[in-house]
Amino acid sequence: MSQIALSVQNVSHSFGRFQALKDVSLSVPQGGFTALLGVNGAGKTTLFSLITRLYNNTSGRIEVAGNDLRRQPAAALARLGVVFQSRALDADLTVAQNLTYHAALHGIRRREAMARAETVLAQVGLSDRLHTRVSALSGGQQRRAEIARALIHRPEILLLDEATVGLDVKSRSEVVSLTRELTTEGVSVLWATHIMDEIRPEDGLVILHRGEVLASGRTEEVTGGEDLTQAFLRLTGEEG
Amino acid sequence: MSHSLTPRMWLTAFLGISRRETLRFVNQRGRFLAALVRPLVWLFIFAAGFRAVLGLSITPPYQTYVLYEVYVTPGLAAMIQLFNGMQSSLSMVYDRETGAMRTLLVSPFPRWFLLGSKLVAGVIVSIIQVYTFLAIAWFWGVEPPLWGYVTVLPALILTGLMLGAMGLFLSSAIRQLENFAGVMNFVIFPMFFASTALYPLWRMRESSTLLHDICAVNPFTHAVELIRFALYQQFDLLSFSVVLGCLILFFTGAVIMYDPARGLWVRRKGGA
Repeated sequence: MSQIALSVQNVSHSFGRFQALKDVSLSVPQGGFTALLGVNGAGKTTLFSLITRLYNNTSGRIEVAGNDLRRQPAAALARLGVVFQSRALDADLTVAQNLTYHAALHGIRRREAMARAETVLAQVGLSDRLHTRVSALSGGQQRRAEIARALIHRPEILLLDEATVGLDVKSRSEVVSLTRELTTEGVSVLWATHIMDEIRPEDGLVILHRGEVLASGRTEEVTGGEDLTQAFLRLTGEEG
Repeated sequence: MSHSLTPRMWLTAFLGISRRETLRFVNQRGRFLAALVRPLVWLFIFAAGFRAVLGLSITPPYQTYVLYEVYVTPGLAAMIQLFNGMQSSLSMVYDRETGAMRTLLVSPFPRWFLLGSKLVAGVIVSIIQVYTFLAIAWFWGVEPPLWGYVTVLPALILTGLMLGAMGLFLSSAIRQLENFAGVMNFVIFPMFFASTALYPLWRMRESSTLLHDICAVNPFTHAVELIRFALYQQFDLLSFSVVLGCLILFFTGAVIMYDPARGLWVRRKGGA
């Protein structure tokens, strides 16, 4: 049995009276690609905010590579790489300046950070952009640079929240393939999306709807051979 | 693999945050120029115009009658820090609207340290601005004792931290950039004008006792006085105590507000 990189057990979260997440449980196996599928407002970003400790989780348990987020936050966060939906790179600075800054946020010194920057930029196909200002990169390149940023401290699990939003078809496909390649290098991926064709039958799948997990497992098992869109609409009760 | 945070890692993180703030500052030359032009306009034009109108008696730390330019200079130095503190909190609000604040806060270092590092980095930038301003003022005839330039440094560090912490605290409560313009109007201008930056307290009492009392409790007044006394190699205990107290208060408030378990953060859906 493969080891678990990320485990979320019975997590709920409310904003005042509005319950954004209801008893959510999911797990991401080591080196696996797991898609978190849900429409806008399903609770994906709230769940990411809890896993990254932007919000405090008071119910259930979240473990990152075996580290309890509540008891060992530093160890858990050190093993986590995150690509947020909104842009996190400083557009006025170069790619190298951004990457060394983010490395410093994990305590990695400049010289080591520069060496790592070259490695991660090669991974995302941006080796020649080390000294380019972020504002001069295309949308797709900026997203890839964001992934490089999230990888610089060598996390064991990578969270991507709607990482392809706003990208053209070609860039979107490049970002998805790049992320899949990372799993072959042992990185575990939790990929939040609302786009069905980014998900393959062999991927792990968690369907989140109105704050609840409706189904989870291998995509082909969840769909039972049915088209993913049809299965999603059936499960969410939004069939025409 | 162990992920305990060693002292060297803390230092690296602090230097990284400082470096980013400095780079952002260097890249925005307009910001530096604006920060410098603002007090210089006050010094060259406002002070010159008011020199004749505003007579100043001998008030500590001055041992003789001083020109209005001399009186107003410490206040203008504090003004640079006030604007700088607000500007860095503006960048915090901007960072929060993008994902930059999220990436800062998901670092394994504790939040008080991350926010504190950002605060100190902002203060370093403000001190560079103040010394540039003081150098120009020297050519304009504002010549405090030479050692005053050294003794004013700890005062500038403390006042910079206090005003930066105030900005940090305000930034935690502001949801969007648009709201920030209001804060500028409701915080910066009242704080600056209702202080001893432009006129001494006894002058205020002449026109209104209420205004005098407001000026006397305004933390910015104490920041100005701390700088004024330090620039003339003197120490004002009251100002020091108020500035230090406000620093602790504002910084604690900011850390609470940015804490995932407490503060507005909890109630703010998607507000990181």
